[in-house]
Amino acid sequence: MEVCGTHTMAIARSGIKKVLPKEIELISGPGCPVCVTSQEDIDRAIIIAELDGVIMTTFGDMMRVPGTTGSLEEARTDGADVRIVYSCLDALEIAEDNPEKKVVFMGVGFETTSPTVASAVIEAKKRGINNFYVIANFKLVFPALDIIAGSSKVKVDGFICPGHVSVITGSLPYRRIAEDFGKPCVIMGFEDADIIKGIKSLVEQINSGQSRVEIEYKRAVNEKGNVKANRVLNEVFEPGDADWRGIGRIRKSGLKFRKEYASFDAGKKFRVKVPKSRTPEGCVCGEVLQGIKSPSDCKLFGKKCTPMKPVGPCMVSSEGTCAAYYKYGGR
Amino acid sequence: MCLAVPAKIENIDGTSAVVDFGGTKRKISLGVLTGVKEGDHVLVHAGYAIGKVGAREAEDTMKVLDELRDVIREETGKNK
Repeated sequence: MEVCGTHTMAIARSGIKKVLPKEIELISGPGCPVCVTSQEDIDRAIIIAELDGVIMTTFGDMMRVPGTTGSLEEARTDGADVRIVYSCLDALEIAEDNPEKKVVFMGVGFETTSPTVASAVIEAKKRGINNFYVIANFKLVFPALDIIAGSSKVKVDGFICPGHVSVITGSLPYRRIAEDFGKPCVIMGFEDADIIKGIKSLVEQINSGQSRVEIEYKRAVNEKGNVKANRVLNEVFEPGDADWRGIGRIRKSGLKFRKEYASFDAGKKFRVKVPKSRTPEGCVCGEVLQGIKSPSDCKLFGKKCTPMKPVGPCMVSSEGTCAAYYKYGGR
Repeated sequence: MCLAVPAKIENIDGTSAVVDFGGTKRKISLGVLTGVKEGDHVLVHAGYAIGKVGAREAEDTMKVLDELRDVIREETGKNK
């Protein structure tokens, strides 16, 4: 199982799946941050975006994800000020340029992204920018990996571990997955050659009954990870419970603001009431994210649900499993 | 979304730096990375350098990207 949306897309684009022997099946896991964001969290962001005096900022992938009644893009069409940013620092700049507005950053992402947002929050505090808020919908990879490694619904023989999450976390946290669950873990880069080489080491481990952590992305990943990024992250955030699409609430699998930075917490600043959220009828995105179902198992796939008119987030995000299958085909 | 692209640091100014993505230059933050100097290769994600890359391997990736750019140029040329 690959646990990173960027791998899902790299694998699909390369055509690797089609040339692998049929005994090797690659399945996609919960690695697309937009896709794993719960319906309620999306609905809340849309409600906040529609409040008077708010500028909502987010990464481009988030714009078209359908909430229960609309998306951030539709909210923008209806007059809300929603802007796409490349970096959280861009959102900070918008806040500085618009002191009369409340600028909110809808933060999604894994360990790769959250330290950058933490750094922007520290910067905001340093510069005394007090009209800047973050919706902390970040996720941590390892609690979800635990659930999938121990799941009876999907039998994963080994993990293609996310290269850029591992730049931050290092390889040590995977040891538990390899040792306690007996699942080999190989950290891979994103070039075709990286992935082929990584799959080879994974298969060799599986065939010889071994289970250890290997780094096949040595040019960027080491055992300890990026110590400074982790320090920055831990200064602003601490682990908190988080809701995952399809999986539900996982203990300490997300991030919440520490007390010292609570004034930047959009969740505290905007206490909006979210009507009961509904996931789109017939959409199996939640099961696709856990590798239980494949996009082709979904009745909507390629018919009612296409990249032009997506029903679920796995078809919206450029890294979603359904979008990858639609664009490049899959088995 | 965890896409990160290798780039070479051209110059450092406090906690920010100008990097070169094989021709395209951009200002990025060094807010989550220490121990880099001008000339080093880094992975850039969401406007931040998140990790240092071994120089030789970074050149390899750049080479692949250059080849890709040539192929695209050739392909789009054909379409004209």
